Amino acid sequence: MTTLLYSMLCLSAVVGLVATVVRAIGYARAPLHLRWELYPVPHEAPDRVAHGGSYFEQSNWWNRPAHFNLRGELTAMVAEMLFLKALREFNLRLWWRSFPFHFGLYLLIATAVLVLAAAVATVFTPAVMAGALGTVIHLLYRLTGVAGLVLTLAGAAGLLHRRLTDNDLKTYTTPGDLFNLGLFIVALGLLAAGYAFRPVGAPDVLSLVVGLLTWNTAIQVPGLLTAGLLMSALLAAYIPFTHMSHFVGKYFTYHAVRWDDRVNRRGGSIERTLAEYLTFRPTWAAPHVTADGVRTWADVVTTNPAKGPKR
Amino acid sequence: MKDRDRIGLSDMSRRDGTPLAHVENQDLMPLPAPLDDPARERAWTPLTDQAKNRYECLLDDTCAVSVPKPATKAEEDELVRKFLSGLDKLFTRENNWTFLQPLLLSMEHCAKCQTCADACHIFEASGRNEIYRPTYRSEIMRRLYFKCVKHGGMISAWQHGDIDVNWPMVARLIELAYRCNLCRRCAQTCPIGADNGLVAHELRKLFSQEMGIAAKEIHDTGSMLQLKVGSSTGMSAEVVKDNVQFIDEETSEKTGITVETPWDVEGADVLLIHNAGEILAWPENPGAFALILNAAGISWTLSSELAGYDSINYGLWYDDSQFARVAIKHAEAAKKLKVGKIVIGECGHAHKALSVIADRILTGDLNIPRESSLTLLRDIVMSGRLKLDPTRNDFPVTLHDPCNVVRLMGVVEPQREIIRAICPKFREMTPHGVDNYCCGGGSGFAIMSGHNFRDWRFHVSGRKKLEQILNAFGDCLDPSIPKYLCAPCSNCKGQFRDMLAYYDLWEQNKILYGGLVELIVNAMTEVKPGFIEWEWH
Repeated sequence: MTTLLYSMLCLSAVVGLVATVVRAIGYARAPLHLRWELYPVPHEAPDRVAHGGSYFEQSNWWNRPAHFNLRGELTAMVAEMLFLKALREFNLRLWWRSFPFHFGLYLLIATAVLVLAAAVATVFTPAVMAGALGTVIHLLYRLTGVAGLVLTLAGAAGLLHRRLTDNDLKTYTTPGDLFNLGLFIVALGLLAAGYAFRPVGAPDVLSLVVGLLTWNTAIQVPGLLTAGLLMSALLAAYIPFTHMSHFVGKYFTYHAVRWDDRVNRRGGSIERTLAEYLTFRPTWAAPHVTADGVRTWADVVTTNPAKGPKR
Repeated sequence: MKDRDRIGLSDMSRRDGTPLAHVENQDLMPLPAPLDDPARERAWTPLTDQAKNRYECLLDDTCAVSVPKPATKAEEDELVRKFLSGLDKLFTRENNWTFLQPLLLSMEHCAKCQTCADACHIFEASGRNEIYRPTYRSEIMRRLYFKCVKHGGMISAWQHGDIDVNWPMVARLIELAYRCNLCRRCAQTCPIGADNGLVAHELRKLFSQEMGIAAKEIHDTGSMLQLKVGSSTGMSAEVVKDNVQFIDEETSEKTGITVETPWDVEGADVLLIHNAGEILAWPENPGAFALILNAAGISWTLSSELAGYDSINYGLWYDDSQFARVAIKHAEAAKKLKVGKIVIGECGHAHKALSVIADRILTGDLNIPRESSLTLLRDIVMSGRLKLDPTRNDFPVTLHDPCNVVRLMGVVEPQREIIRAICPKFREMTPHGVDNYCCGGGSGFAIMSGHNFRDWRFHVSGRKKLEQILNAFGDCLDPSIPKYLCAPCSNCKGQFRDMLAYYDLWEQNKILYGGLVELIVNAMTEVKPGFIEWEWH
């Protein structure tokens, strides 16, 4: 049973990671699109960010040095990623449910990283874990683990309640949406219950991860905790196949769309990329487009349909 | 609204031949004084029986696109087939490299949290009518994507939701694509970054580029006419030159300063491109531009090349091929004259089209610097080259922010710096800048008046802006106080002209609208007083 548990934990981690990377690569490989930014763009000069201005506010802007306000962009990113700033600003009612859910997940991820680090240290440098630093790490992952489980469960329950009771959301809620939130509650609920009510002598979280690292199948994991671990592992593998993987999408919607104000300079990399796209052969069927699958975009856009196609 | 009465997504495929939604005046968002009096609310003109019998009017109380009803089931099936073919093409690199990435992101990551709904002026003004909710349209599209493009089966339908694909659904979706101003205020508030405005834009593209279906005002008498004669106004180069000469004479007489507009000056620093609608509808605007640029000593010219004298680019709203063609015409006009830069007149969508969107269309020697006229005007005003007397503008002024100039391009302060300098009674709308509300005429609505569409755009799409205007002038609604709504955008002005007249706000409350350059010339001490004429036009 322990072997199966270890295998499932590893497999789920690999599936989740690979699926996330594949999704990210898919978006990254999509063609460079026409500019579609939305202001404010936080990497603009600080005096312009305040009112949402852009470099277009300067006359002869193309002769002025490009300005990239890294601090502004990082500040906006941290506020958005950690505290869901946009949701707080525009949908406070939902934020009270969504923020604990997401922040709880961050704490659980932090817990996993801390426990993994502690397990590695336990295996390779046990003296470190026996010292003061070890005490701090033990305390930290216990804190983040408990807080993460409580916040995520409370948030998921709040989100599910709202989906079931808010008429504005009902029309747009699919069975899959309810299942997804339910899965969080069941998986993390089982995990919390399995851990909290584990019998005396059952392994704690660190022993479990050390066991996994050393593939110690002699460890006996209680049934309820095993169920919680398996469900949580399945959840981690499942998320990248759903819209819940918006942590991937959000990187692109912000950096590659909303904030992408890069200028196309003559002879620059953007121009070289566009040159390739102009050789694409569209097949749009409306006559005025004059596309036939043979003519390129360059042919199409230099044809004046009002004056007769240039063929 | 009772839950059972709520319009659902499956209603889009209803075959009962009746519209999905109906809006009564009492459903609408209330307006402040003086339009809080129900007696000043206008009744809707119903669609005629002829329109209902001839066109697919299955969505709501109006009809924007006028799609003829198919005569046979075979015709219906063929239209659905074309729709599905176009839907596939929207998600291919070869056909839609222009917007594939943002479209995929919006399809696959909406959390359906409805944060966007409260940001949408159309949804709010309609009294939160479900079909105008930003995600209503997007959710239909999203379900179509997973079902028909990704070919998801039962599990996908369970995860993403299902939709019946039939002709009534497609016909309603065509109309629904034209119930969004593409202002992208909803996208600005989305915590994920999903973009309902983009979804409406892409749907319009599908209908135009695959099915040849678009609102006639933006295609037949819009971009096609512009590509044929040079301007969607129908003005040829000869006609536009005649008209501008007349404007020069009028402006000279009115201001006491001789104004002469230069044409086709090779090597000029600036090629100014107006929305040609200004020349016909608001001639004082190009007249004021000419006077200011001449007085400031700017080396500038207009172009008489095809489309070189009309900055409009309606393809921005519905068709990438038409968009690119017109952008290229604009750049070719500048290239031919070897100008230093293109400066875009007071036209919002032209600003975004040529400065932002066309940036990844214009390559090589067509990549000529483009700049907003608002920055050039700000530099002129702040440089002290013009002698300006703000007391000449001693009347309440508020500023409308065209979405394409502010939220979608980031030009927010230059126009404010000018107004603060020359208008002592300036007051902002709430909210303003990048958080502004659309005038209600965006994405082509300002020029669309088929059937009773005007009623819809004044009652619904323009209502939030109307509320903002009335609130901004709430302390001075008395008709003895003339008030100026400054709108540095031709389409917005078109919407305001029609909407203020519709609600009789000039006659009853003396709210006038106009551009920014008119305020500048009105403040010039060298000009005869009274450039702004307090007359309705």
